[in-house]
Amino acid sequence: MFAFIVSRLLQAIPVMLTVSLISFAMFAYVGDPVTIMLGQDYTEAQREALVRELGLDQPFFIQFIEFLHNAVQFEFGLSYRLARPVSDLILERMPATLELSFTAAFLALAIGVPMGVYTGLYRDSWLSRFFLTISLIGVSLPTFLIGILLILVFAVILGVLPSFGRGETVAIGWWTTGFLTVSGLRALILPSITLGLFQMTLIMRLVRSEMLEVLRTDYIKFARARGLSNRAVHFGHALKNTLVPVITITGLQLGAIIAFAIVTETVFQWPGMGLLFIQAVANADIPIMAAYLLLIALLFVIINLIVDLLYYAVDPRLRGGLRAAGGR
Amino acid sequence: MRVHLLAAAAAAALLGSIAHADARTVRWAASGDPNTMDPHSQNLGTVTMVLQQIYDALIMRDRNLGLQPGLATSWRQVEPTRWRFELRRGVRFHNGNDFNADDVVFSIQRALAPTSNYGIFVDTVAEVVKVDDHTVEIVTKIPDPILPNKFASVYIMDKEWSEANNVRQPQNTRAREETHTVRNTNGTGAYRLSIREPDVRTVLVRNDDWWGWKEPGNDGNVTEIIYRPITSDATRIAALLSGEVDFVLDPPLQDLERLRRAPGVTVLEGPEVRTIFFAMDVKRDELLYSNVKGKNPFKDLRVRQALYHAIDIEAIRSRVMRGNAIVTGTLFPPQVNGYSKEQDVRLPFNADRARALLAEAGYPQGFEVTLDCPNNRYINDEAICQAVAAMWTRVGVTTRLNAMPLANFFPKIQREDTSIYLLGWGVPTLDALYSIQSLLASKDGEPGNGIWNYGNYSNPRMDELTRIIKNEGDPEKRTAAIHEAMRIYREDVPHIPLHHQMIPWAMRSTVSIPHMANNQPYWRWAKVN
Amino acid sequence: MAAFAPARGLSRVFDSDLWWSFTRSPVVVVSAVVALTMILSALLAPWIAPHDPFNLATLDLLDAFTPPVWLEEGNWRFLLGTDDQGRDVLSTIMHGARISLFVGFASVLFSMTLGISLGLIAGYLGGTTDAVLMRIADIQLTFPSILVALLIDGLVRAMLPRELHDQIALWVVIFAIGISNWVQFARTVRGSTLVEKNKEYVMAARVIGLSPVRIMVSHVLPNVMGPVLVIATLNLGFAILAEATLSFLGVGVPPTQPSLGTLIRIGNDFLFSGEWWITLFPGITLAVMVLSVNLLGDWLRDALNPKLR
Repeated sequence: MFAFIVSRLLQAIPVMLTVSLISFAMFAYVGDPVTIMLGQDYTEAQREALVRELGLDQPFFIQFIEFLHNAVQFEFGLSYRLARPVSDLILERMPATLELSFTAAFLALAIGVPMGVYTGLYRDSWLSRFFLTISLIGVSLPTFLIGILLILVFAVILGVLPSFGRGETVAIGWWTTGFLTVSGLRALILPSITLGLFQMTLIMRLVRSEMLEVLRTDYIKFARARGLSNRAVHFGHALKNTLVPVITITGLQLGAIIAFAIVTETVFQWPGMGLLFIQAVANADIPIMAAYLLLIALLFVIINLIVDLLYYAVDPRLRGGLRAAGGR
Repeated sequence: MRVHLLAAAAAAALLGSIAHADARTVRWAASGDPNTMDPHSQNLGTVTMVLQQIYDALIMRDRNLGLQPGLATSWRQVEPTRWRFELRRGVRFHNGNDFNADDVVFSIQRALAPTSNYGIFVDTVAEVVKVDDHTVEIVTKIPDPILPNKFASVYIMDKEWSEANNVRQPQNTRAREETHTVRNTNGTGAYRLSIREPDVRTVLVRNDDWWGWKEPGNDGNVTEIIYRPITSDATRIAALLSGEVDFVLDPPLQDLERLRRAPGVTVLEGPEVRTIFFAMDVKRDELLYSNVKGKNPFKDLRVRQALYHAIDIEAIRSRVMRGNAIVTGTLFPPQVNGYSKEQDVRLPFNADRARALLAEAGYPQGFEVTLDCPNNRYINDEAICQAVAAMWTRVGVTTRLNAMPLANFFPKIQREDTSIYLLGWGVPTLDALYSIQSLLASKDGEPGNGIWNYGNYSNPRMDELTRIIKNEGDPEKRTAAIHEAMRIYREDVPHIPLHHQMIPWAMRSTVSIPHMANNQPYWRWAKVN
Repeated sequence: MAAFAPARGLSRVFDSDLWWSFTRSPVVVVSAVVALTMILSALLAPWIAPHDPFNLATLDLLDAFTPPVWLEEGNWRFLLGTDDQGRDVLSTIMHGARISLFVGFASVLFSMTLGISLGLIAGYLGGTTDAVLMRIADIQLTFPSILVALLIDGLVRAMLPRELHDQIALWVVIFAIGISNWVQFARTVRGSTLVEKNKEYVMAARVIGLSPVRIMVSHVLPNVMGPVLVIATLNLGFAILAEATLSFLGVGVPPTQPSLGTLIRIGNDFLFSGEWWITLFPGITLAVMVLSVNLLGDWLRDALNPKLR
């Protein structure tokens, strides 16, 4: 077990190094922060002074070494655009993204699993067909379009839900939460549905096919033969067996959710890391871009490690097979 | 028991609402967020729109953008190179410190620091002298007739506070630590900063001790301002329509019609002091990104006139700008000192004339050219360029559009890596010198001359006129020089002017605020019902 | 001999059983017809589109914002109306669908080729090669492919000068989406290769000295064509969506070659101002296109997986 963890951690190093190099390549080549920082009116001397101050006149290799050295200490200097430490900015934004992502994941599970169970048990009912159709549409509509349509219907036409932002938040230490206020919860509804819809349909379809698979197995037939009630068979035996892959897939999908939060946060002006990242891209605010990429990579390595441990702990047989569905 | 608790809660809520009965909150949104709270670090509209609520200048703008006393009660030019300012007494900063001459000397020197972005407003200042606690003299390098105009953009900080918080210099981005002024302010203005969360919200509360509330005209009733940046056009408008925000500084033009029709929403229209134009490379011997080899068509006046004639400005005004533009034939709008109506005449739209001029210049088959254009800087900038590219292509000048974000656009044109580009030029000093010196003077090394003249237009008479406009104390002679410069501008066609921007503001009907041509809402003049 | 083998494999896929299941499901037939129509009209767009939206000389700004023909002020010249520059929306959709489909097909083809090759190599060679390739696959799977695509696009943007980038942007997007999806192909092919390679006929082929490449291509590959086709179809829907998302975020194909995603992004600005047709029609087209592809993929998967029937 310990050796397993160590080997996984070692494998993470080349990943992180590659991502660092990518981050740094952006750092070194994209956009021109100098012009943005100077505004419209300045002299050539001011410009050169700023280039020197930012160290942009140093050779590539020296800049990269310095970048790595600082990155290890989670030190990315000041954002070009906001003139604040990047680490502070990311810490401030992280709660918004994580709350949104976890709510979306929770919604996806809470709605997707029952729908999957139902469609698995009653394959031919009209409701099942309806669910399946909905899920297909959910997979076929791009996230941004869903978000725009939800805003149009619920904020502009009906005027019942907020169209942007997090509402009122409560600070608990450095963490800010929207869970504790009415406006915070209301603000969460549309973005989390938008973000969770794809995962919900994915989970529903996964649970459905797992249920179909399990219901065919001998031991379910045996359980029925023993005279157990349908209820006991379905929920005590069948569902229990489908949950392991569902939970691991959801874990892996958390990464996808955090990545897709970029799109949702853009549409809903949700003040999270994804919005910070996209605004950084638009303004060539490279310290933020670099830090975001590294942080996301780290987050995924950790999620992956946990999922691996779950595999290891729960069911060694599952290794390899189901991971393929974790793409997208 | 539960009933009691509820009753108590209701009573408390009621009391709370009574206590805030006088509270007038305005929720304000725009696409960009100020990137700092430092008053001398970033000379950008998105920064000053917040800072000018917090900081006062020696001289301030009135509702017509004229000058009125601010922290200085009077000023005069005692010698050609010496200005004397009498300072207002009894003014306090938000932290309670007294305002005096030391603060003025400190602030102007801070604006002169290398890390300052406000140098253009103090470029002629040689020395700042404290005469006594309430009198300051400014010694200039050359006679500077428009110094008061420039000083209306220089904010006054508290010397003691700045020294205590180690912000003697404007913020330095290379610093490992965040500068105190990035998120903290201490001005003398009508509002004080209460909460600053970059990109999320900025909250200002009324400073009841502001000296200006006693002055006539400052009759606003807003007690709290909540600013939120909303980048997405659609989301920003959705928020206004659904009542989540009260005021949108930059509603997209295409939504104005709907906003005008929406119940409870008011649209205020007005011009901005900013002119949109195309500038051409008139220096290079071979044009970049073109199929013309060995020569530069733009060096030929007839080609420049042909492109001018090819533009159907009325179509751009009505379709692209949806009527929200003031078509122009000159370099700056009427609010700017030196404007003359007679010179504001365009070369008419005439595609046949354009083709004839091209043929005359030796390009009967036209030629290819690449148009550089920002896509997130000016109102509908990319759409303007697309439309003009089609118009030029129709007269034979096949135009490839290269539209890009300002982060790529400005470095590109500043490398002069361009043949023709779209630019918008605002005039914060409201004086023609600012435009002529930056855009039309040759790059001769003099500070400020030709710093935005990336087409390298150069005319010795224009340079001569720039010198006169800079130094001439006699207003009449100075105006004559400006007019001559604008006559040459129209003859030489170094630019193809398009229009002055209009900047509609959209708000809930409960808000009333004077529209300002510098695109800055002055909340001290606003009323919320 | 070798040349016939894939054809035989394909014929096994399209055997009568499959055809029977196809004709039995009206939904599937409709999706197939819709998908085919879209592919055809996209392919033939330069010839059958009513206007050429990219010929600047034919654009007239005064045509801008014409509503669809059935509304007041509509105009038979522009069936679905025009956009802010006076371009015919129907024509831009046809050209946009062309770009979207091209990016979709090309990137799936790319990830398929890459995935099959790496899968075959990993499965056939085994040992260290297999371990390394599968570890890379594992690592890549931890990153959502949309982020991988964003990263690669950003990286290429960073490395190339802007002018050059605009010219090859389309290929960059194809590469970025393609490379983020090879893993599923590789895993499937590898699994099947592992099974096949120890079968007697492969052993025999090896004994008579056939080259490993030939063995893999002619013997192993045909057996995995079914699942590969299913993955490819499902991935096509994803690839089209990924391209639209990248373009919506403004990092996809250049605006000079607008895809459906770009059209939606541009039209989005006009959603509240009453000119809904500029964004709605490309949006519907995109959704219907992806939906029909997904329906076909679903059906194909169920049809080829007898357990679920």
